[in-house]
Amino acid sequence: MLTVLVLIPLLTMLALFISRDQRFVRTVVVAGFGALLVASVVVAVKFLVARALSTDAMLLAQDFVWYAPLNIHYAVGVDGISVLMILLSAVVALTGVFSAWSMERDFFVWYCLLAVGVFGYFISLDLFTMFLFYEVALIPMFLLIGVWGTGKKEYAAMKLTLMLMGGSALLLTGILGIYFTSGATSMNITHLVGTIPMAHQYWIFPLVFVGFGVLGALFPFHTWSPDGHAAAPTSVSMLHAGVLMKLGGYGCFRVAISLMPAAAHELSWIFLILTGISVVYGAYGAVVQTDLKYINAYSSVSHCGLVLFAILMLNTTAMTGAVMQMLSHGLMTALFFSLIGVFYSRTHTRDIRQMGGLMRVMPFASVCYVIAGFASLGLPGLSGFVAEMTIFVGSWEHTDLLRRILTIVATTSIVVTAVYILRTVGKILYGPVLDPGHLELSDARWYERVSAVVLIACIVLIGVWPSGVGHIISESLKNLNIF
Amino acid sequence: MEWLRFNDTLHIDLGILLDPLSVMMLTVVGVVALMVVVFSIGYMKGERGFGRYFGLLGLFVFSMLGLVVATNIFQMYIFWELVGASSYLLIGFYYTRPAAVKASQKAFIVTRFADLGFLIGILILSSYTGTFDFAALTADNAAIAVGPQANWAMALIFMGAAGKSAMFPLHIWLPDAMEGPTPVSALIHAATMVVAGVYLIARMFPVFQFAAPDVLVLITYVGAFTALFAAVIAITQTDIKRVLAFSTISQIAYMMVALGVADVAASTFHLFTHAFFKALLFLGAGAVIHAVHSNEMSRMGGLRKFMPITHITFLIACLSISGIPPFSGFFSKDEILVAAFHHNPVVFGVLLLVAGLTAFYMFRLYFRIFWGAHHYDRPPHEAPPIMTIPLIVLAVLTCVTGFVVPVHIDWAIASAGVVAAVIGIVVAWRFYAKPSDAPARLAARWAGFGQAASHRFYIDEAWLWVTRRIIFGGISRPVAWFDRHIVDGAMNAIGSGTVRVSETIEPVQGGKVQSYAILFVLSVLLITLLVFVLC
Repeated sequence: MLTVLVLIPLLTMLALFISRDQRFVRTVVVAGFGALLVASVVVAVKFLVARALSTDAMLLAQDFVWYAPLNIHYAVGVDGISVLMILLSAVVALTGVFSAWSMERDFFVWYCLLAVGVFGYFISLDLFTMFLFYEVALIPMFLLIGVWGTGKKEYAAMKLTLMLMGGSALLLTGILGIYFTSGATSMNITHLVGTIPMAHQYWIFPLVFVGFGVLGALFPFHTWSPDGHAAAPTSVSMLHAGVLMKLGGYGCFRVAISLMPAAAHELSWIFLILTGISVVYGAYGAVVQTDLKYINAYSSVSHCGLVLFAILMLNTTAMTGAVMQMLSHGLMTALFFSLIGVFYSRTHTRDIRQMGGLMRVMPFASVCYVIAGFASLGLPGLSGFVAEMTIFVGSWEHTDLLRRILTIVATTSIVVTAVYILRTVGKILYGPVLDPGHLELSDARWYERVSAVVLIACIVLIGVWPSGVGHIISESLKNLNIF
Repeated sequence: MEWLRFNDTLHIDLGILLDPLSVMMLTVVGVVALMVVVFSIGYMKGERGFGRYFGLLGLFVFSMLGLVVATNIFQMYIFWELVGASSYLLIGFYYTRPAAVKASQKAFIVTRFADLGFLIGILILSSYTGTFDFAALTADNAAIAVGPQANWAMALIFMGAAGKSAMFPLHIWLPDAMEGPTPVSALIHAATMVVAGVYLIARMFPVFQFAAPDVLVLITYVGAFTALFAAVIAITQTDIKRVLAFSTISQIAYMMVALGVADVAASTFHLFTHAFFKALLFLGAGAVIHAVHSNEMSRMGGLRKFMPITHITFLIACLSISGIPPFSGFFSKDEILVAAFHHNPVVFGVLLLVAGLTAFYMFRLYFRIFWGAHHYDRPPHEAPPIMTIPLIVLAVLTCVTGFVVPVHIDWAIASAGVVAAVIGIVVAWRFYAKPSDAPARLAARWAGFGQAASHRFYIDEAWLWVTRRIIFGGISRPVAWFDRHIVDGAMNAIGSGTVRVSETIEPVQGGKVQSYAILFVLSVLLITLLVFVLC
């Protein structure tokens, strides 16, 4: 059943080879990613039904032997957290298609391959296949940025790929370490829980955590993010910040924490300090940027830093918040990038000093941007608030001084976030129209509106009804029994 | 109704709490909101964004009502943030005006900073009481230990309240918030949202009293200082909305003092009466601004002949805020003075002085708008009925709300208050009702102080320095530079270092078979040698 999620983008990709005709390409990708969203919802429903009947950690599981000598299986299964990640990916991927309306066939071929990697990654239970899909998701990024990007695209694509490959190298070492120290009988995550000797956890945990952390924008390995996002085309930025960065957080949780909880406990303070730095550092970094995409990239460093921060708090509340924050950040940042794409395609600049008064010219896109801003600065009723509050309350459950101080440091980011969001909104949307040429600009087209409306609907849904996702997440965490 | 569960003990509920306090507040919000909406139909007629305006007002009223009926502190925090956001949107309603945009950002960021304290306060408080619920927190046997933790928690919660209620030094956003449409100022920045801080502390009062009495002392002194400070500034302002803004700060500080000296009833009574007469003052100011198209006092004068209804209602409100019987302000102000007198004579003295100053600056405002010489190109006209009817209704309320609570009046203290007010009014009359050089002479003698006061004692500049120099210049710019040059530089150095290493060893694989052969032979020899040496 779960394999369908990988097959749909794969078949879409193959179908694209039939013709280069723009109408045909659009029909195929919209149908393909629409079907993917439907399939994701079906998976979610099936999961909820199965959840009521079973207390297994992973449901809808399937397992095929792939390469017996090394115990490599194609093993899939989901819990509540991966189901939510799948839904997030499907929503962002579909809206990304609408934001890439004018792109050519070859772009979408790589885009589909990226989706194959993402969905395969989230359903994998086998470390080897998981790693495989992880790489499948990363490689297309190089081409998507290097070929269809803007600005310093070759440099950015190269930097992004090399840094993430560096992370992968650590990761591969870590995975091999897990495999051999646990007795070399299985690569399946569910079988590996509790089998890694304490002495080895100490060196494997940092490798895996940093390996995934590079993609989760862990300070100081986050510098691919500003350049990468700035150079990437709109929909790639959306997918990258919205979904790919979640691969990092998800991996940290699924592999590093749940397989090596003891080492996580012992070493979490080091990484808590690093992620605590990420949270405020990203926020302060965003305050003085002048390129819209740089602002958003630093903002992502801050928000994704909070995800890793919360994961390292190692309790159910904070980790529930971490997953909510992943969803929230994924939706919100995709919305931001899609709107930045709308502005950029018309004004041909992303420099906030050259824009102004766009609210009057492009009211729809501007109002959406304000909503995204509010979600980012954690306004109640939107998804950011519930995620952040859950994280802060969870972090505060620890009574030791270090975690208290770090939590207070992290909470200060809500003020700094307000500063850079309002500064940006004030500069580009409010005030008089700076450039007379901008008076002639058109507002968002229908496909751009679809993208924004769908994302806002999801943000509001989580913000108004947080216990829906919160319950799914905390139940899954309880079934994992790692705390 | 459970909205979000954090863990086994903590969860956010959304509920409705009705008790005398919240019902009083609901009345205030409901009545003032209705009056403001009716007034706005006339005031905003023909403005761009008419629909957006009423939509945002609706959002604000929704959030404010949610805040008032909150059953737990987290629900209050949620709606607290929402009123902040709707206030931001309404202050920035004229978004093409840079001043309005700046003011809205300032309001949001300053209150956000205060809310950070509020949030941490909630975290501390809930982590050792295990509940957000007001009923559980304020129960007689509440599990709250007196101690540094309680003091920290309550002081931080007061910080949130001080931000919303514009207490020194977090008051700077309120005067600028006057950039919004005037009816908005009447509703949000005079009658309802800014008193949310008072409401919060009144709601949590038993906790303050049992667990953190020291914080109450802090509240008293912050309140007394702010009351005096804002009253002094109000005297020097020339923009009528700014005068009213500082007056609001000063009056809310009065309420804070009442809370600090443990008289919740007096505080909420003043909140109640203040809401009506201050809304009336703002709407009256709105009618005046609508007529003369300016906020500056120097552009007004002699309006009593042109705008009789506005004139009479404005006078009633001025008398009320000055504390002249039988208007409502007299009763509530007297209550606070009595409470302060029994608690702390210094604070009482300050409040009495503030009462005199209040009467002075209000009547300075009144005389300069409605009396004196006038010079208009086109004679201003009275506002249409849709605007004057709310004024009349609020004026009637100002006359009667003093009697809704049976109060025992301590005539000794009351007469002191009235005398202070009358002195203030008489001085204002001498100075401003007729042309007089007294203000100019006085200003000349106190030039330095007057300058400082009219610049609001440079508090805004101090904050601006903090944000510009420290946040932007001191932290953000270095962070951005560090990120681009040190962190990213290191990553790039690794990249270019790798390239250089490969270039250095490139000749090794230059494609020459001869060199490969030499290398091969040499390697074999070397390895053989090593094997011999090592074994």
